[in-house]
Amino acid sequence: MMVEREVTIKNRAGIHARPAALIVQTASKFASKINFHKDNETVNAKSIMGIITLGAGFNTRLTIKADGEDEGDAVDALTRLFENRFEEE
Amino acid sequence: MKKFTVLDLLDQDLKEHNALNLRCVGGRSGLSREIQVPDLNRPGLALTGFFDNFGPHRIQIFGRGEHAYLEKLQRDGNIESLQELFRREIPCCIFTHALEPTRDFTTISEQASVATLQTDIGSSEFSSRLIRALSNVFAPQEVMHGVLVEVFGIGVLIVGDSGVGKSEAALELIERGHRLVADDAVEIRCVAGNILQGAGAHKALGHHMEIRGLGIINITHIFGVGAIRDSKQVQLLVELELWDQNKVYDRIGAEDRTREVLGVHVPYLQVPVKPGRNVPIIIETAAMNERLKKMGYYSAREFNQSVLKWLESENARNLYFEKHGELLERERQNGGGAGSSIAPMDEAD
Repeated sequence: MMVEREVTIKNRAGIHARPAALIVQTASKFASKINFHKDNETVNAKSIMGIITLGAGFNTRLTIKADGEDEGDAVDALTRLFENRFEEE
Repeated sequence: MKKFTVLDLLDQDLKEHNALNLRCVGGRSGLSREIQVPDLNRPGLALTGFFDNFGPHRIQIFGRGEHAYLEKLQRDGNIESLQELFRREIPCCIFTHALEPTRDFTTISEQASVATLQTDIGSSEFSSRLIRALSNVFAPQEVMHGVLVEVFGIGVLIVGDSGVGKSEAALELIERGHRLVADDAVEIRCVAGNILQGAGAHKALGHHMEIRGLGIINITHIFGVGAIRDSKQVQLLVELELWDQNKVYDRIGAEDRTREVLGVHVPYLQVPVKPGRNVPIIIETAAMNERLKKMGYYSAREFNQSVLKWLESENARNLYFEKHGELLERERQNGGGAGSSIAPMDEAD
């Protein structure tokens, strides 16, 4: 089983260092394997350099994919971050 | 794969013997055209009006011959075949030897919005460089999560789960004088069918690393340009994993284990990690061992050969002693007591 959800980046600055750190912190709490997909790129959500180098700017669409025992919770927690605009603005 | 356009071709930042030295001399509106195939075509026949088996999706190369023919067409006021040529969906035209397109050519290509590029390199040399560049662009590729370092000249890709210590191991390797190629997102291309070339997935972001507790650090600034490299062939794959009590790890290493990346078999090692185990030194040694293997020396196999040889000679010795021991024994029983020319008795068994 795998949980998949599409999210849109709603904060103006896009995913820079601080949001990336938040994402990684959140993702690392879960045991599942979590990946972000953008176009045809895939990065590990537990790696800060991966997330930053994704170069995800304002209004970019990403797909979060989680695979593991706590996959549902992981995707929920990450989606919440995107919806809260990473507590920015 | 992302669309590869004529503009992307112009933007290729290749150096020295790979440089294409391209500039755009006309038809700028055609720069957004996509290049779909990594092939070239010399349109000599097409210019004479023969279009059977013409490769329209190919980049058209105009060398001295084609250029001379274009000038002849210009003199004759003949534009039919040129119009016919640009009626096809060609990606772009390139003039070699810094040749200038003729007036008719410029007008017609401009109308068809096909970009005209120019290079100062000769046709043959340019063709081979362009084919090389295009085959790199069109090579199968994959982004892998790991760290690519050059250790004693061997490209080592360190992979493993998050938090297992890939970056820390790489950092110590860099500190010991080795080079960082890419951290985290390593873009791997299969070049020429059997070579895996690795580089950072995002060149613009340079050589940075994330080290837990330190944050993001700039390797070039801290360790200098000697500590980095833009791309390197992946020659060894090292997977770090937390030490598992129940797992059987390779203790001899006599058989070559490989893992397939983009259809190429790469020498592969699984290195268990636990506190107190110095992973960088293990990787360093693995790299040197890999070099030895390339030179034809297999530590584990040769060790085994010596063991076999030793066992064999030991067997022979024992056999010898057994035989002669019996002989001595018999002599002694016969009351001789001589036979001192043969090895001492106590080694006979």
